[in-house]
Amino acid sequence: MAAKSVIVIGGGIAGMEVSNQLSSLGYEVRLIEKNDQVGGKLLNWDRLFPTFRNAGEVLQRLQQKMDQREVIVDTNAEVTDVVKEKETFFVTVNHSVKYHADALVVATGFELFNAQRKEEYGYGIYDNVITSADLEKLFKSGGKLTNPMGKVPQRIAIVHCVGSRDSKVGNHYCSKVCCVTGVKQAIELQEQIPGVVVYCFYMDLRMYGEGFEELYRRAQEQHNIQFIRGRVSEVSETLDHSIQLKAEDTLAGRPLKMCVDLLVLMVGMEPGKGSVSVKNMLKLGTMDSGFLEPADVHLSRNVSSSKGIFMAGTAISPMSVNDTLENARSAAFEVHHYFQDID
Amino acid sequence: MNIEGKKAIWNDYQKEIADDRYFYVRSCVRQNFFPGAETTFLRIMREVLGKTVFEHACHTTCTGIGYHSDIVPIETTMTVVARQFSVMNESGFTNLVPSCVTSFGLYTEVLDTWHHFPQVKENVRQHLFNATGRTFEEPSNVAHASDLIYKFRKEILAKAKYRLVDKETGEPLRIVEHIGCHYSKMFPDKGVGGAEFPRVLSGIAEEWGGEVIDYPERRHCCGFGFRQFLVQANRGYSLSASKKKFESMKPFEPDLIITNCPGCPMFLDRWQYTLSELEGKTYGKDGKGIPVFTFEELAGLVLGFDPWDMGLQMHQIDAEPVLNKIGIAYDPEMKYKGLNGKNLGKPEKAIVNG
Repeated sequence: MAAKSVIVIGGGIAGMEVSNQLSSLGYEVRLIEKNDQVGGKLLNWDRLFPTFRNAGEVLQRLQQKMDQREVIVDTNAEVTDVVKEKETFFVTVNHSVKYHADALVVATGFELFNAQRKEEYGYGIYDNVITSADLEKLFKSGGKLTNPMGKVPQRIAIVHCVGSRDSKVGNHYCSKVCCVTGVKQAIELQEQIPGVVVYCFYMDLRMYGEGFEELYRRAQEQHNIQFIRGRVSEVSETLDHSIQLKAEDTLAGRPLKMCVDLLVLMVGMEPGKGSVSVKNMLKLGTMDSGFLEPADVHLSRNVSSSKGIFMAGTAISPMSVNDTLENARSAAFEVHHYFQDID
Repeated sequence: MNIEGKKAIWNDYQKEIADDRYFYVRSCVRQNFFPGAETTFLRIMREVLGKTVFEHACHTTCTGIGYHSDIVPIETTMTVVARQFSVMNESGFTNLVPSCVTSFGLYTEVLDTWHHFPQVKENVRQHLFNATGRTFEEPSNVAHASDLIYKFRKEILAKAKYRLVDKETGEPLRIVEHIGCHYSKMFPDKGVGGAEFPRVLSGIAEEWGGEVIDYPERRHCCGFGFRQFLVQANRGYSLSASKKKFESMKPFEPDLIITNCPGCPMFLDRWQYTLSELEGKTYGKDGKGIPVFTFEELAGLVLGFDPWDMGLQMHQIDAEPVLNKIGIAYDPEMKYKGLNGKNLGKPEKAIVNG
């Protein structure tokens, strides 16, 4: 009897890991990625929290496994139609190529929140306002760390929860990774720029993961990062292109105004564009947050409401790299149980 | 500064503004503060643009000042607003154009309340009928008077006699724009350009040749803030709010300030005088104050209206430095002459006027 086949939609780390796991379980796996290479958002990330490990190492290991396990990868490929006949899915890619599979895994990931929607922060308008993703690209480039005006910043502010836990932009959920990303990036800035002062503006810091709290303590004790509990209300540009910001220090109970050379916005996660497209094709449900809805949030998080369709990674909810990889393995097991007819 | 980023926001906040047949409702206070501004608006709309603008003698206060000062309860305010709509209905108009930014904000707030709480609207309908026997329908379009000048800014430019440029150098005048808080800070989608980077005044100023300054305290209150000023003990807050703005804009060397609210030009103009007398400090060029204009006055200037016919002699900060820089013709001898040629009296010298 021929091996069961699975099509994985989305070639980020969740898609890569679920493909590896399914392939190692003996299934025939085809990974479909819309971009020209797999790796997703991690391709643009420099180092990972809380270990400061090079993100490229993780990607390299995932890629090596894919090569070893002979996962078929279609890049520059976008799913344009899916039809299910009996127990088989017929998947059309780029409106032309057709494949069939016995199960689908949706691993369409997330999009970074578009910081321009928080108009008061002036992203896309003021030169020295950047996002956490922009800063990560700067780190990754390995060059001298300067702000967009070419100046080595001496005062930097980091704003947490940009696009997360924010009714004004319609995102009530927590993106989970921004708190610790802010702490990690604050430490990296302090290590790379002698004498720099870094301020973190936060609502509360959710250090839920292994090593996160320790990193937060280290930021305060060893790197003198200034944590200010309060949200930034507005941002303006001064005559010399530095950034004036206003906030309330809610612990001191006082409003404050300061100027910085660089403002970094910790952008959260939103449902991936691919998820929106695929969920319409597959008629999958979504939660209030817009992320894909599992059949059971406790017991079957990787299982969709449609038989034979599974989900993995940040298509379901915001997750860290570690959580995404674990979630992908969990998804592989759900597919395996489905094929083995194990309830 | 990336102008494309601002354009993206402006695209998100475009509003529908009616083409013609406006029911114009005047401000309670503007005719005292800047007495020629509303007349200038009507002249532009009717004589320059050929639009129909109707006024009704039975229009009253919208209660906005009382409402925002916690004196008039919202139920009373809504009933008064319903009556204004009734007066508009009986006049055969559907496009409401308030002169006052607070009125515009109040009408917007009442309509939004009725949209979300229809029963409240029905209660108001009953209150109005019981009190006056009137009925009413909502306007089909509500636009602030500055929205109309924004909408027709290109038509005004086509008929303009002057541009907002330095006649000697050809350089654009450096302009501070300040919208009233009630224009779009309560309902960003009801104002052209939204609340963070409003376009209504900057679009006008740039269209006519000026360069708009984005200074750090651009969003800060002008100093009116209602209770900051209306409660006498609070007036230090009012003055300090204005001072904060002046200190912030001064390094950018503005030629003038343009506003669209009754209170903003009043406080930005008069408090400069107060600060100069209290502290000996001025914020404009050559040790003078920064001239402040309403949007109608600026439109009138580019169209070549006589500055004194528009009441610019009532400004605390002299308008002449701007008139001279643009090259606008005026008769200095007529500045303090009334329409009938009667001498109005000349004010004493002030630090802000050099």
